[in-house]
Amino acid sequence: MAEYVFKIFRYDPEKDETGRVQEYRIDVQPGWTVLDALNYIKWFVDGTLSYRRACRHGICGSCGMTINGKNGLACETQIKDLGTTVITVEPLRGFPVIKDLIVDMEPLYDKLYAIKPYLITKTPPPTDKERLQSPEDRAKLDGKYECILCGCCTSSCPTYWADKNFLGPNALLKAARFLFDSRDEGYEERVSVIDDKHGVWRCHTIFNCVEACPKELNPTQAIVDLRKLILRGKL
Amino acid sequence: MAEYKEYRGMCVVGECKKYYGTDDAKVIHEEPKGVEIKNVHLHDAVIVGAGLAGMYAALELKKAGYDVAVLTKVFPTRSHSGAAQGGISAALANLEEDHIEWHFFDTVKGSDYLGDQDAIEMMVKEAPRIIYEYEHMGVPFSRTPDGKIMQRYFGGHVKDFGRGGPVLRACMAADRTGHVLLHTLWEQCVKYNVRFYSEFFLLSLIIKSGKCIGVTVWDLINGGIHVFQGKAILLATGGYGRCYSITSNSHANTADGLGVVMRAGLPLEDMEFVQFHPSGLAFLGVLLTEGARGEGGYLINNEGERFMKRYAPEKMELAPRDVVSRAMWAEIEAGRGINGQQYVYLDLRHLGAQKIMERLPQIREISMKLLGIDPIKEPVPVQPTAHYSMGGIPTDICCRVLADGKEKWLEGLWAAGECACVSVHGANRLGTNSLLDASVHGKRAGKDMAAYLSTNPPYEVLPEDCALDAIKQIEWLLNNPGTERPGAIRKELQENMYNLCGVFRRKEDLEKMYNIIKDLQRRYKNILVQDKGAKFNTDLMEALELRNLLETAEVIVASALNRTESRGAHYRRDYPNRDDENWLKHTLAWRTEEGVKFDYKPVVITRFKPEERKY
Repeated sequence: MAEYVFKIFRYDPEKDETGRVQEYRIDVQPGWTVLDALNYIKWFVDGTLSYRRACRHGICGSCGMTINGKNGLACETQIKDLGTTVITVEPLRGFPVIKDLIVDMEPLYDKLYAIKPYLITKTPPPTDKERLQSPEDRAKLDGKYECILCGCCTSSCPTYWADKNFLGPNALLKAARFLFDSRDEGYEERVSVIDDKHGVWRCHTIFNCVEACPKELNPTQAIVDLRKLILRGKL
Repeated sequence: MAEYKEYRGMCVVGECKKYYGTDDAKVIHEEPKGVEIKNVHLHDAVIVGAGLAGMYAALELKKAGYDVAVLTKVFPTRSHSGAAQGGISAALANLEEDHIEWHFFDTVKGSDYLGDQDAIEMMVKEAPRIIYEYEHMGVPFSRTPDGKIMQRYFGGHVKDFGRGGPVLRACMAADRTGHVLLHTLWEQCVKYNVRFYSEFFLLSLIIKSGKCIGVTVWDLINGGIHVFQGKAILLATGGYGRCYSITSNSHANTADGLGVVMRAGLPLEDMEFVQFHPSGLAFLGVLLTEGARGEGGYLINNEGERFMKRYAPEKMELAPRDVVSRAMWAEIEAGRGINGQQYVYLDLRHLGAQKIMERLPQIREISMKLLGIDPIKEPVPVQPTAHYSMGGIPTDICCRVLADGKEKWLEGLWAAGECACVSVHGANRLGTNSLLDASVHGKRAGKDMAAYLSTNPPYEVLPEDCALDAIKQIEWLLNNPGTERPGAIRKELQENMYNLCGVFRRKEDLEKMYNIIKDLQRRYKNILVQDKGAKFNTDLMEALELRNLLETAEVIVASALNRTESRGAHYRRDYPNRDDENWLKHTLAWRTEEGVKFDYKPVVITRFKPEERKY
């Protein structure tokens, strides 16, 4: 047990002009994650603290936030691994803050809708049977289909901060998940969206998204692969 | 664009520009004092919950050409269906011989013969078609060498009507099966332009002369009550694992659908049956998939013994969940837990690094991130965790909610998924049958709702006071000058439920628990919500959830006390045997001011006669 200082971003849209930082000093139990600490504060110290959470094991993508300057899931961040007893918690950057640690994710979802985030097929599927896909073709989706839409990547992207029309690593990774699926036949429709100055060409390969992704995915690699795919298509 | 105020150049604060669908809505009410009704929305169909069941139903309705609104208290992909890991069962026979009849038998036997066999038969027959439909939608299933959907072993699924060895029946996408199904369904909903209303919290059903005509909900983002009127209403609100302290369930699984149903005076069915999953991560309850045992993991006690050989010598670790959970609890009670604590070890080390990383990557990730333990190098501490609620809102096989629990349909209302009790799981659910249940019944509910809508039922006129109770409840919570915090009451409820109404139950414990709940309900009247704001008031939301938990827990405990036998997941220390003569029947429970009232209905038995359930 040790005392930790949590410096948490607070903003109440009904009271505050702008954001402020509130400090909480709490005893942290061994094995606690940042979400455990937030829950403790909310349940036993200050009920007004607001944040999203659901599954608490890194699959629902609700609790993405900026912890000591780095984006991640609160539920998967071990407090002891942060290596300090002073912990700042802020809402994801680049999105408008609704309240405290809760941001408006609609801009993120809008980018997803733009790339047509669903399998597009023209050939009818076989009746009462699956489409076949070799394990090698299926393996091309590894590192792409696992995305949980937490927004940590796009929120960490300086290019996105500067260009809010940039599709961002999240939507482009999703586009790659379909474009590299052997069953997908939506190449033209999707490429017309991502082959754009706000699409794959806007990325400056800063690699923040790779560092931010709590699922250890590599959106930058996906973007580079998409560029190659588009260029090859043009040859 | 709203104006954003800058904060240290990084975080910007501002209005949420969420779209509320005001085009098809009209305000018909005067604003009541304090809490207001923001809008009345009109849709053909209104679905509450956006997990597999809710979204499957939405797709069916949308494809049939109806206007459907899906309400959810989280964003759709945050629903708890996404946490399912191991697989979804269907007798595809992609790798070895398998038959729908075998799956049928296994499910009936797994249910300890309390499952309704007509419903089970329909579900397992529909299973292969559902899997193929998922594949056609784009689910990235793992593949066999010849390109078919990969299948793995799972507890309770065996060959030849229970006589053979384990069968490869669980269709899988590594150990992220629920995640890929949920995301794919959401993708399809985006494709078909399904209208979602995310972050709306269910408050009540609107029932007028025996007909359900809508729901009232609280808009979490902006505050305010919205009325959603529809001709067909579906509840797909998920389970009630949050009644327990050690649970695999999401923070959001707080029995909200069951709460509104009970307050509308409807019964709940078979609530005593709560499944405890054997491999919950110790102290947290977070699930490690049964796939870990399917791939060959061992359970060992503090003497290093594979103790399952004494409880299920043939099936060993692959025996059904209730059997394994009880074996673990018995070991723990006998002092053979690790370090004398409430957990044992799940050992995967002999599988080797490659197999663990290929087939169980998420398991490894979870144990490393949440407990700092690498299953390649060390055994993982596990304890039984409240996992699945077999009981729920009684429905017929078309998912129509039964007003009397038996035959009479409450017109306009359907329920599907974990919140419903069809019943296909009876006293105990087999692994991988939950994703199947949610998908099959979500689809079936959607089809049945579309068929109902095709008869052109009229819109009813909303009663003037349709949202009165909801308004009063919110106003009371925001203004009550109490002292009790929701977090403290909930903690007491959950911890006591785990110890007194968990894997093993006995009369004294259950009576004690019932009194604790009554006391907590009294304390709830003195509740204090510290956050007084309208916008994103999660303190208010937790207080609303707590009421649902307290009322649901009361029915669980009363039903467990009432059923004086042991069957499936319900194990009474004082009545250790199954008693078919008196208890081969479903419990129907009404929560009233004078306590919980009971009635019963017979189990539908078509093909398999009850016999002793041995593994």
